[in-house]
Amino acid sequence: MLEVLIFATLNGLVTGFLLFMLASGLTLIFSMMGVLNFAHASFYMLGAYFAYSLSLYFGFWTGLIFAPLIVGALGALVERYGLRKVHASGHVAELVFTFGLAFLIEESIQFFWGRDTKNYQTPDLLDFPLFTLFGQEFSAYRGFMMAISIGIFIALYYVLTKSRVGIIIQAAITHPQTVSNLGHNVPLIFMGVFGVGTALAGLAGVIAGPVLTTFPGMATVLGSIVFVIVIIGGLGSLAGAFIASLLIGLLQSYAIASDVGMPDLLNLLGISFDRSHPLNDLWTMNLPQIAPVLPYLLLVLVLIFRPTGLLGKREE
Amino acid sequence: MKKSQLSSKIFRSFRKPLIAISLVSVAILNSTSSAQEPVRIAFMDPLSGTFASIGNTGLKLLEFAADYYYNSKGGILGGRMIEILPLDNKQSPTETQLQFRRAISEEIQIIFQGNSSAVASTLSQTISRHNRRNPDQEVLQINYSAVDPILTEDNCSFWHFRFDAHANMKLDILTDYIALNPDISRMYIIGQDYSFGQVVSDTTIKLLNEKRPDIEIVGNEFHPIGQVKDFTPYVTKIVSSGADAVVTGNFGADMVSLARSIIDSGLDIPIYTFYAAYDGITATLGESGKNKIRLIHNGVANPLPTEARKQLNRDFKIANPNYDITQPRIVNALQMVVTAMEETQSTDPYDIAIALEDMRFTTIGGEEIWMRGEDHQIFQKLSISVHTDEGVEFDADNSGYGLVTEYQVPLEETIVESSCQMRRPRR
Repeated sequence: MLEVLIFATLNGLVTGFLLFMLASGLTLIFSMMGVLNFAHASFYMLGAYFAYSLSLYFGFWTGLIFAPLIVGALGALVERYGLRKVHASGHVAELVFTFGLAFLIEESIQFFWGRDTKNYQTPDLLDFPLFTLFGQEFSAYRGFMMAISIGIFIALYYVLTKSRVGIIIQAAITHPQTVSNLGHNVPLIFMGVFGVGTALAGLAGVIAGPVLTTFPGMATVLGSIVFVIVIIGGLGSLAGAFIASLLIGLLQSYAIASDVGMPDLLNLLGISFDRSHPLNDLWTMNLPQIAPVLPYLLLVLVLIFRPTGLLGKREE
Repeated sequence: MKKSQLSSKIFRSFRKPLIAISLVSVAILNSTSSAQEPVRIAFMDPLSGTFASIGNTGLKLLEFAADYYYNSKGGILGGRMIEILPLDNKQSPTETQLQFRRAISEEIQIIFQGNSSAVASTLSQTISRHNRRNPDQEVLQINYSAVDPILTEDNCSFWHFRFDAHANMKLDILTDYIALNPDISRMYIIGQDYSFGQVVSDTTIKLLNEKRPDIEIVGNEFHPIGQVKDFTPYVTKIVSSGADAVVTGNFGADMVSLARSIIDSGLDIPIYTFYAAYDGITATLGESGKNKIRLIHNGVANPLPTEARKQLNRDFKIANPNYDITQPRIVNALQMVVTAMEETQSTDPYDIAIALEDMRFTTIGGEEIWMRGEDHQIFQKLSISVHTDEGVEFDADNSGYGLVTEYQVPLEETIVESSCQMRRPRR
């Protein structure tokens, strides 16, 4: 039981940190521009595919550095020449724009790379078990994923709270007019934040691609869960996104690892139903089966009892 | 105001080319109708979305086979070409209904479909209802891959023909094979949470209990289909259960992720699967999956049995360098349908269906296969093959890795009883 608990925690942390890399960009973009970027997970997928192609010619490490930069540049271009123009027509137009962009990116990826799973592998350098516990290996690559994500979190936190750029960004979130009057180029800041946000998503794709497999559905699998995190954490709150990411990563991991379900509950209550009962599916349901639904359940609960999210502030 | 002006302007600027295009298309239509009317076959499978790669590979093969065997040799039924109409059902039952309507409006009478038993069931029910109400415009369902047994058992239909062995047939052979391995004593079953995944689980447990009561089922897990980001938490459970073999019915990305998570965890145990090859899966598993992954499938893998079959592989590869022949049964199905058409000199679904019943047909692989009349289920050789790079003449995903057949069972031994009570249309 102990080994399951330890590995469930480790797995939950790996997933949680990965989700945070996506959610941080999304929540920053939202808090600055008020845009829910539906294409965010698509940039994640782009990161994986770019890194895959780069790794074929120049190796994994080149991909790790350049793929996020390319994705970030693409993101900045999208903001400069797409979103900024659409911005004049209001938030709904922006929402629809990013929604369309998500489809566009997915279709383009299928067009250029094909629809099959890509053979994107972990680098040889990290192809060894970091440690073995109770007969199960924890690969060095997963440790590397965790290290990168934690590094990003610390860097992001430092930049946003301690550096001059961060202070301007924070000011631009709440008082864009004032910042603009002080002589700062607010549109440039927006473009920069969008670029960095998408680059983070790209980086998440680069490091997730080899373990979570690189295929055209990878954005869909992760897309909705990232929104859930941003909303649970509180829209625009980086710390909230961090907590929510780890919470959901661990929640899902523990739920899958557990072996309890309705039968146990019914046994406890001393009730039993036979297999022909019309609600048999309900009575035999167990926690691992409903694990993927849990984040959404949490979302609904948070929206009911704490509509601003865990750490969100809503302006009146 | 502005917008409407703009759109009318756009329309005006396009009007001339539009007229030109419509004139050209009328001309093309006239020219084809003066030649012989083509025999049109719909291919309805996911061509976009998560499972698109499987659908597209199937479509490529069907189109290739139609050209290779018939269109390039002057067509069928005295000069009629075969035309394939791709219909994207996104592997969704709802979308399938819409695409079926479209097929009807295009006057299609034969539909090839394979992916997802849920979709196949929907289509089978829709077709049965449609055919009952429209006896003059019937449709035939050629199921080349959906393997839920129920389609040729309790829910069998006169208008449905299956060209793949169903899950219970495959599991019967697979469990025979597992039973032969004395090293296996603890089995873990994991699958996608839908009809096929559940059939795999129930049947494996039942058959292993009969054949090897000493094998303990140490896990029976379902996960949502196409939703799992990371299989590591599931693998943790597999490891802690002490399993020494895994059975799974997973396909697509769910299959790759599961296999890779198992291998990455350092677990060195055999994984018995249905679909762990091709469409990028073989390339992704590569060296790490060597001699660990086994598949149950119909026909044979390397070494391919006949020169004709080898030549088909080579010619297909020249025409489609990035695709493989993953489902040779599509070729069998097309050839049997065409044979039925030639025999009856008709493209009427009822005539084809009658001719297909109890047809014995020799495939390009040189083996005789049998379409049982009572339930419209195909019977043929079943094989178990291993993922390796040794002795692979025809690899998958251009990776050097491929399947080598280890165990074969002749047609006679794959025959199972059916509970099908078929309702036949009166003619």
